[in-house]
Amino acid sequence: MNEMGGPAWPWYVAGPIIGLMVPLALLIGHRRWGVSSSLRHLCAIASPVKPPFLRYDWKKESWNLLFVGGAIVGGFVAAHWIPNAPIPDLDPKTVADLKAIGFDTPRGLVPREAFAFSQVLTSRGFLMMVVGGFFVGFGTRYANGCTSGHSITGLALREWPSLVATVAFFAGGLIMTHVVFGWVLR
Amino acid sequence: MRNTAFLLLGVIFGVTLYKAEIISWYRIQEMFRFHSFHMYGVMGSAVATAMISVAVLSLRMPELRSAPRRPFQHGVWIGGLVFGFGWALTGACPGPLWVHIGAGTTAMLIAIASALLGVLVYAYMDHKLPH
Repeated sequence: MNEMGGPAWPWYVAGPIIGLMVPLALLIGHRRWGVSSSLRHLCAIASPVKPPFLRYDWKKESWNLLFVGGAIVGGFVAAHWIPNAPIPDLDPKTVADLKAIGFDTPRGLVPREAFAFSQVLTSRGFLMMVVGGFFVGFGTRYANGCTSGHSITGLALREWPSLVATVAFFAGGLIMTHVVFGWVLR
Repeated sequence: MRNTAFLLLGVIFGVTLYKAEIISWYRIQEMFRFHSFHMYGVMGSAVATAMISVAVLSLRMPELRSAPRRPFQHGVWIGGLVFGFGWALTGACPGPLWVHIGAGTTAMLIAIASALLGVLVYAYMDHKLPH
């Protein structure tokens, strides 16, 4: 990543683009837009032993894997040809809060003191990458959706279980940030 | 043709998540600490855009009203809380996990591998969990 880079796109540009995924997925293939089921399909493809939850025809859902393949390409294209500024323009209160629990001045997309292959066995790296990843996979399957499938598609279709899910996602994040972080990462 | 369209949709999604710093671990912290409107604006305007466009579409395509529904089960809130813990820890929901790989945060492969393990563990115990 070079030192040049533009400012972040504002929310009123990014939000509507993301929101359009819902009608476009319906129009293109009558699909209910969501990302976390990609993790299930990968397990259904790769797992040598299959409990009933993984016995289904994932090929019918291959659009979902094409979508995440495209998302990886999109991340690559943007990071290489239209990179963001290396120092994110964060609120100084966030920077100060993070410094108090041992994170250096923010740079790039993730704190390098936790998200690096060399950190996987440190308490911080293990907690944030391994435990965090496990919770994302387990939690989204148990909840049957994530921020896309519940909080955007589900809310747009006015399904009340998705509102319950959204409140729970946020409550979980608040508990982790305000209770566990200050307590574990000190 | 349809496949290409979904691939292209993914590319647009990936570029947007990177450019608006939605995949930034720091932005998620800023959101959970209520220090910035950015992520709330993203989510709010995404839901509003989706809701309005689905309402407009369903005037022309009444079959959309019969789109598959997601019923309530207790996993919605129990699993939802678990996902919320993971969201704050990794600073990423499943979409951003994938975009990170393209954007060069290759260590997120560890989080993805762990997420796949989480799905596998869920697959083995789903009949024992309250639903």
